[in-house]
Amino acid sequence: MVEITSPDFKHNVDEALADQQLQKAMRHVRVNFIEKRAKAAADLPEFETLRNNARDIKNHVLENLDQYLAAYEKRVTAQGGHVHWAADAFEARGIVLDICRKVNAKTVTKGKSMISEEIGLNEFLEQNGVTPVETDLGEYIIQLRGEHPSHIIAPAVHLNMDQVREDFRRVHTHLPADRPMEEPQSLLSEARGILRDKFLSADIGITGANFLVAETGTSIIVTNEGNGDLTQILPKVHVVIASIEKIVPTLEDMSQIVRVLARSATGQEMSVYTTLSTGPKRKGDPDGPEQYHVILLDNGRSNMLGTEFQEMLRCIRCGACMNHCPVYQSVGGHAYGWVYPGPMGAVLTPTLIGVDKAGHLPNASTFCGRCESVCPMHIALPKMMRHWREREFEKTPDTRPSTQKSQTLGLVC
Amino acid sequence: MVANGWRLDPASRLADTARRQFRLAMGKRKAEGHAMNTSSRDAILQRIAANLGTSEKTRKAAVANRIKLHSRGTLPDLGQTQDPKSDKRKLVERFCEKAQAASASVDRVKRSDIAKAVSSFLREHNLPQAIRLGTDKRLKQIAWPKRGGPELRLGASDGNDLAGLSHAFGGAAETGTLVMVSGADNPTTINFLPENHIVIVNESDIEAHYENLWTRLRKKYGTGEMPRTVNMITGPSRSADIEQTLILGAHGPVRLHIIVARD
Repeated sequence: MVEITSPDFKHNVDEALADQQLQKAMRHVRVNFIEKRAKAAADLPEFETLRNNARDIKNHVLENLDQYLAAYEKRVTAQGGHVHWAADAFEARGIVLDICRKVNAKTVTKGKSMISEEIGLNEFLEQNGVTPVETDLGEYIIQLRGEHPSHIIAPAVHLNMDQVREDFRRVHTHLPADRPMEEPQSLLSEARGILRDKFLSADIGITGANFLVAETGTSIIVTNEGNGDLTQILPKVHVVIASIEKIVPTLEDMSQIVRVLARSATGQEMSVYTTLSTGPKRKGDPDGPEQYHVILLDNGRSNMLGTEFQEMLRCIRCGACMNHCPVYQSVGGHAYGWVYPGPMGAVLTPTLIGVDKAGHLPNASTFCGRCESVCPMHIALPKMMRHWREREFEKTPDTRPSTQKSQTLGLVC
Repeated sequence: MVANGWRLDPASRLADTARRQFRLAMGKRKAEGHAMNTSSRDAILQRIAANLGTSEKTRKAAVANRIKLHSRGTLPDLGQTQDPKSDKRKLVERFCEKAQAASASVDRVKRSDIAKAVSSFLREHNLPQAIRLGTDKRLKQIAWPKRGGPELRLGASDGNDLAGLSHAFGGAAETGTLVMVSGADNPTTINFLPENHIVIVNESDIEAHYENLWTRLRKKYGTGEMPRTVNMITGPSRSADIEQTLILGAHGPVRLHIIVARD
């Protein structure tokens, strides 16, 4: 489980600002993500219309969410897959472990999944004798370091190459000590070689999902490395962990949203791999998983419906808000003290772990509005941060983090 | 169990009504342990329904209608005219340009020259004349030479192949994206395990947008049906996880070579 240090946000920030490695690494965010996104958006004349469409699709889904989930479940089952429902992290972890026990799994490979971070899956599996192996390069690096992602799409963005080199030397002791490790290319090749064996020997592959398609019972992952695909096609069992708001009605709706996803995230027109998975392998298929499970996680999201935080459920986890946030750029993701950093984290974290613990996060904003201006789903992030401030203000003073009181009073009015 | 207590903290819930429902759900959980998936399902769906405030009938109808529509929204303008021949030519050109921009290499050949194109790709990259491929009949029909052509290794890849060959279901000109479908004759492992992936796509299968390919999928597999895996592939694998420096060749293929075949 990611330890919650959100109540210590101010202390975390002091440390982050004094951390020279972190400050050096965060420059890459400023240089890389922002210009690429701007160019990708400018190169597609329909970009703004697509943003509006993407927003409308998700609004429609949220307004009919129970029926969409039921329709989706029906299709997954019809294709021979299994749907599991988890009210919270505890249940989701239990379901994963049950699946592991049934096939006597010793190792699981994992595609990148923020939901698995949210439910604290890795630590739980380790405690129960199952070895999780993160296979996304960034996730692999931070797993070696015993860290958690500091960015939702670039999990190791807080690190510099010399740190990665040191970690590989420390852990990959079976390789010659004098091997060339100067170029990022050689580090990537080294990780590729080591993870190949893990992919081929894993008992279960666990991925997240960017989309769940109600029409077909399909789960979709959007990636660049191909690790998610190797995770899900090589082992006997493919487990998808997804939160309930990932639903889209049809392949066409997915296509509308996917057009704004990569452009907003990495500035690519399209990520390298957009993979649509429906059920287990079919009769005669020479490869693919024999079992296909989807775990639908609520974990407080259903309670956001009908509140001023409902539109946060439109979020497609592109990371544009944090890339463009002056606070995130300065302090990095770990300072936010839990799974989701940046503006989307400042809104989402209080709903998931409580505003009493995460009350500092909605205050960590200059209200420059850049997060909202680049959000592909038009989520009014600053407005929702204000909502949290108001809620904080309304509460009795002694439930708030004590250092926050004067600020809240100063900024709400 | 690792610190999950905080998640049950009622003070962190959003609204009073929701808080009550949440406690109820958690009470059930404690009573029934893990074997309570059905009740979690019902609790989640009921909680959603209660917070939406519209009638179930309305929502059910809205969902059924929306799924049937296959509504396409806004499609990027690719400068299509009403002249099918010149439109197709432009689409194929755009597909090739976009695929190359995504770091794929592209070779445009006559159908009868595919075998030659495969061999020269292998030769150019100092690879042995051997490829892994599925039993797809379009691959079988290639005029492989009796002697001197690549060794054809049929079936799924186990990770020991340097080069794989697949036939695409189609391509989307919009972004130079290949669309691959799995099946008895088309192993998905070939798309990811070999370092070099050669993909044949027919000019006639290159469409403007992804949506054109979804229409074709429905025609082939039936509405609501899908093959096990559909891979949309745009260029070779890559990672920017070390200092946001883009490097080609992460876990999937290092090279993606597209052979665009005209009849």
